[in-house]
Amino acid sequence: MADSETAVAVHPPGLQHHFDDSAQQLESSTLGMWVFLVTEIMFFGGMFASYTIYRNLFPEAFASTSHYMNVTIGAINTGVLICSSLTMVLAVRAAQLGRKNAIILFLVLTLILGLVFLSLKYVEYHEKWEDHHIPGPGFQYADPRYFHQAQILFYLYFAMTGMHAIHMIVGAGLLCTLIGMAVRNRFSAEWYTPVEMIGLYWHFVDIVWIFLFPLLYLIGHTS
Amino acid sequence: MSTLVQPHPFDVETKPNYLNVDYGWKSWLFTTDHKRIALLYLFSITAFFFVGGGFAVAMRVNLLFPDGLFDHDTYNKMFTMHGVIMVFFFLVPSIPATLGNFLIPIMVGSRDLAFPRINLLSWYIYIVAGIFTLGAVVRGGVDTGWTFYAPFSTTYSNTHVILAATGVFISGFSSILTGLNFIVTIHKMRCPGMTWSRLPLFVWSHYATSLIQVLGTPVIAITLVLLGLERVLHAGIFDPNLGGDPILFQHLFWFYSHPAVYIMILPGMAVISELVACFSRKAVFGYAFVAFSSLGIAVLSFVVWGHHLFVSGQSMYASMVFSFLSMAVAVPSAIKVFNWTATMFRGSISWDTPMLYAFGFIGLFTIGGLTGLFLATMAVDVHVTDTYFVIAHFHYVMVGGMVMAYMGGLHFWFPKITGRLYPETWAKFAALVIFVGFNLTFFPQFILGYLGMPRRYATYAVEFHTLNVMSTAGASILGLGYILPMIYFAWAWRKGPLSPQNPWKAKGLEWEQSPTPPPTFNFDHPPVVTEPAYNYAGDEEEVTHG
Repeated sequence: MADSETAVAVHPPGLQHHFDDSAQQLESSTLGMWVFLVTEIMFFGGMFASYTIYRNLFPEAFASTSHYMNVTIGAINTGVLICSSLTMVLAVRAAQLGRKNAIILFLVLTLILGLVFLSLKYVEYHEKWEDHHIPGPGFQYADPRYFHQAQILFYLYFAMTGMHAIHMIVGAGLLCTLIGMAVRNRFSAEWYTPVEMIGLYWHFVDIVWIFLFPLLYLIGHTS
Repeated sequence: MSTLVQPHPFDVETKPNYLNVDYGWKSWLFTTDHKRIALLYLFSITAFFFVGGGFAVAMRVNLLFPDGLFDHDTYNKMFTMHGVIMVFFFLVPSIPATLGNFLIPIMVGSRDLAFPRINLLSWYIYIVAGIFTLGAVVRGGVDTGWTFYAPFSTTYSNTHVILAATGVFISGFSSILTGLNFIVTIHKMRCPGMTWSRLPLFVWSHYATSLIQVLGTPVIAITLVLLGLERVLHAGIFDPNLGGDPILFQHLFWFYSHPAVYIMILPGMAVISELVACFSRKAVFGYAFVAFSSLGIAVLSFVVWGHHLFVSGQSMYASMVFSFLSMAVAVPSAIKVFNWTATMFRGSISWDTPMLYAFGFIGLFTIGGLTGLFLATMAVDVHVTDTYFVIAHFHYVMVGGMVMAYMGGLHFWFPKITGRLYPETWAKFAALVIFVGFNLTFFPQFILGYLGMPRRYATYAVEFHTLNVMSTAGASILGLGYILPMIYFAWAWRKGPLSPQNPWKAKGLEWEQSPTPPPTFNFDHPPVVTEPAYNYAGDEEEVTHG
């Protein structure tokens, strides 16, 4: 161990004891994050598979439910998330350049956009509650032919958007942590790995929504 | 006299290693050392093994009598808890989380796994998951079978399904994090000279295992979320009465749970490759074939799940495809068995305990694997679905294969882990007891299943009595066989003779370049690899020229 102490003369910021150098550490973190995102794809994949199967089994019922989706809010939320992806990228860029104030600014903007999304999602869920479209004992549906099938769709709607919203809430918590770290001057142009990793996570969550919006809101809407 | 044979313990403690750097409880519960985390896993997994084994003993006692001993609800809970605990809390984490955790960083020449804190987190997640599942046991158990089939689990069962499913859900994240850590470590943490083609086959197999863990486990997680929500809401997603499709649950469940059996067996194959090479003093025959057969198993494991649904109402054409693919997965498995056998051919074989377990593995895994082909054949499967034939088949793979490999691995690396030697005679005796007990337990079950005794029944027809008594007798012997190593390992850990650095004269970084037991950062000098894996032939040349 005496060898390793002499070998590592200058200790770069954020380098952990078991890595040889910062490049190896960054590569490991990046690969780890991508592998984690693959697990997330499989996690949502189970629900997307269920959606595909039921949509093929009950196409008319699914078309009829899309009339009860609030496309306006869904579209606004899509725009909000795309903007938040942009501010997230700008935060990573600011981190690469080591501009502390810009990092904080863009992270706060991303956080605000995330919270706007969640608030609008709450409005939508509340509408569903008032329309008795929450699956379960209180479920009601205007077209009696599709009662059971529509209930399955709303089940999938809540499972998929709910799981997405949970990921947004986790992301908001992570952004708060990042902002705290940035305020305490933890990032520099040499070491900003957490900003980049959480940026990847944030983009992933946005992309999930890009798939959810057309599948749940738009398909069958005009028919 | 004894002081001559064995140095005074004080001398041992002078050299710092990962065990004696600190003795406080905090140094264990807050450690980020992969070797200590491996030991935390080892003790917790052993505890779960004996809990799960206890349920198995209770089942075998019940089946001593054709009319059973316990009431039927109790019996349903016993086989469910046996399955849940053994699958999710013993078999899935067993070798990767203990031996894999301990050895992979050393084998690739690294100071630790890529993410040491995530490694510790995975153990805590495992423990929390275990508390949930044991909570379900304490509060009265679950009776759905470990497969949680809907709509029974969502609508009709009045036991603690959500509690147990939550435990399984949480335990999945522990498995994912272990797999993620291994993948990154194997990609990014290899020492100078440790190329992909020089990696020990132990590492290759664990790499394949990790791929399955990372790709499969999230699917069981979301499946259990949907199951739990459905149990609360009764919206009908898996209930045919409400327009839902119970087959969908089975597809989602087996999309993870069939690959999961390869999560369980691939690490066993990992251990056997090391044992066969060391105790035959030869390089593993066809290194590249064995390495890539692991990846082949990982890929094919994801396209065979439908063979669990041959009689569930799955389309016949889908079943035909799944039947073919299930036979295809036998090819890479067979490559491994043939290559191990070819490795032993003209090797200088020694009969140490780990090698006895390797012999046991190869024979029993072959039986388990070949009977898997019977089950992949659609017409035969219709006859033996949900009979003891299936039970015997997967216990030959899981217990005869995986647990044998685990025991072999524990014996092989016991000196590495503890710095001490276990009593060889007792170990050989225990290996023999386990082999006899195992076969006596499970071979009669092949016959019982073929004759038509269904699984998961608390009672059976009188003509099955003799074979069931044989099976229970075997289970008693097997149980004794598992308790014996507990006793002599515990003794040897404290009082066993000290081990030299490389007691087996084995190849590999963990034996050749890392002290025994290893220091916290695994190596005294940065390791460098200059030769291919299993270069036993190189040693012989040195001897002849010397």
